[in-house]
Amino acid sequence: MTMATQPRAAGLRGWLMDPSPASTWQARAQRGYLGWVGFRSNPIAMAGFVIVAALLLAAAFAPWITATDGLTPNLGARLLPPSAEHWLGTDQLGRDIFDRIVWGSRITLYIVILVSIIVAPIGLAVGTIAGYAGGWVDAVLMRIVDIFLAFPRLILALAFVAALGAGIENAVLAIALTTWSPYARIARAEVLTIRKSDFIVAAEAQGASTFRIIRRHVVPLCLASVIVRLTLDMAGIILTAAGLGFLGLGAQPPLPEWGAMISTGRQFLLDQWWVPTAPGAAIFLVSLGFCLLGDGLRDVLDPKSASA
Amino acid sequence: MTEQTSAAASGAFPAAPRALKATAGAVLSLVLTFLGLTAITFVIGRVMPADPVLAVVGDRASEEVYQRVFLEMGLDKPLYEQYLRYLGQILTGDFGMSIMTTRPVTEDILRFFPATLELATLATLAGCLLGIPMGVWAAVNQGRWIDHVVRVLGLAGYSVPVFWLGMVGLLVFYGNLGWVAGPGRIDIYYDGVVDSVTGVILIDSALQGEWDIFWNAVSHLVLPASVLGLYALAYIARMTRSFMLDQLGQEYILAARIKGASEFSVIWRHAFRNVLVQLITIIGLTYASLLEGSVLTETVFAWPGIGQYITTSLFNADMNAVLGGTVVVGICFVGINMLSDLLYKLADPRARA
Repeated sequence: MTMATQPRAAGLRGWLMDPSPASTWQARAQRGYLGWVGFRSNPIAMAGFVIVAALLLAAAFAPWITATDGLTPNLGARLLPPSAEHWLGTDQLGRDIFDRIVWGSRITLYIVILVSIIVAPIGLAVGTIAGYAGGWVDAVLMRIVDIFLAFPRLILALAFVAALGAGIENAVLAIALTTWSPYARIARAEVLTIRKSDFIVAAEAQGASTFRIIRRHVVPLCLASVIVRLTLDMAGIILTAAGLGFLGLGAQPPLPEWGAMISTGRQFLLDQWWVPTAPGAAIFLVSLGFCLLGDGLRDVLDPKSASA
Repeated sequence: MTEQTSAAASGAFPAAPRALKATAGAVLSLVLTFLGLTAITFVIGRVMPADPVLAVVGDRASEEVYQRVFLEMGLDKPLYEQYLRYLGQILTGDFGMSIMTTRPVTEDILRFFPATLELATLATLAGCLLGIPMGVWAAVNQGRWIDHVVRVLGLAGYSVPVFWLGMVGLLVFYGNLGWVAGPGRIDIYYDGVVDSVTGVILIDSALQGEWDIFWNAVSHLVLPASVLGLYALAYIARMTRSFMLDQLGQEYILAARIKGASEFSVIWRHAFRNVLVQLITIIGLTYASLLEGSVLTETVFAWPGIGQYITTSLFNADMNAVLGGTVVVGICFVGINMLSDLLYKLADPRARA
């Protein structure tokens, strides 16, 4: 931040710190940069960022990081303890556990992204409509949201998967069905605070349709809090998905889903401890990473609700 | 909705009618949530690929028997009528027969539920007894080591997979150190020795003076209760800390200090009393989520509770048992949360408005 006091510093930083941005684009870049500067000075948030970045990199570069595809059995190398060759040992079919965890990061990301793109739009739509329309629409929608909020998540997800059949897609659907309601609450609260604002009235006076107002003026303002909440919820989503996998209701073997890996490795707990414990540590680390990141993002994007 | 109506009443009337309105509102939303819950489990039961009639008559039944049972179960009626029928059965405590155990599901649930309650209750108690003082201590020493411990613990408790923690616990304390007994609720040769009075082995064995069995049950209970207790402790300590920090920053605390109140009095008599009220909701939430989370922990510890009943029924396509278990756990979950919410509203005058 010391750079800001120096007038007209040259280069990229100077452009990012210019007190009078020349374009909207530059202004946006500046806002992003300032957020990043604040974020960077928070060690806890940076730790989260590093973990999540590592997850993304692992998923993106899995073919280059790993030596095997994590699926082909190698019965000559069954249940080997951790060593220089197999960092986290091998499982009951001789597959390298480190490789499987790296490949599994793709499944974790797949679940998390899929749940997010289902949950956020539904929550936003329900919440903004309820908040903007008010009256009985609001009452009915919020009552439905309340009912979903009160539901026991894991057990319902379990029952859903039981009905639809085990598998990743159904697990995603089940998690989404039990996760969307808080987003509607958040979006509605945001809408209620800005609904009577002058800029909304101005847009209305210009003849903008309700749909346009919601889409162009209301939703962008809700996004920050929804994103923060989503990052904080990631841990819960990952844990539920892993729990379903652990119970045998999520991803099915031989897929290297972390919960399923724990489940099949359970029988080796006392003699080959690394088989079930390594994937669990991965789950722990990644959900912790999302927690820390969400905490930091909240301070940057949503200063109103920043923690003490 | 509830807030508005009670706010309208609060100006004119003192506490009693207000409490009544709050109760009425809570009961109304409880009923609505109950209807929603049963509607969803009903739909799940209908979507299920398993044929409910075949489940009753078996796949060797003749066509005639099949048709008769089909009509008896009311499957020819419109869906809403079937739902009302289902609702009626639930309200009279009838969840149908379990295929797996060949007993009424209600009877099974009554048999398995005490084990889950035992675990969840002990874990919540442990979480409160340790977590609340830790949270207060951390808030009072903000920025010192205890504060960091509580913050890290809070985040870790939020992101650790409980079933994994349970396994690591088993590995270390049962497998390597041998300090506690392994999975299960009691050693197999003690099984069924004590007559079931309450269904909670600790109480039953103590009542009948069977101390060997009591201590055996304790050694089985310690690990799962500690794992769940750690989760409860992390959450309760974290919330206590943040509530406490919130209170300590208020002006009435400053006023109390200026008045010359001792530090002990400021912390426990002024700030903590307000925190305690807020904690009611948190404790309720913890208890409810432990009941729900039993599905995972009970699998790890082979604990014969409702969670394990639901999951084993699930793999045997025993849909009556799954739905019955889901509804019962769901009702407990919803009920505990509503109850703690209501208690909070009654205890804190500011939350009534």
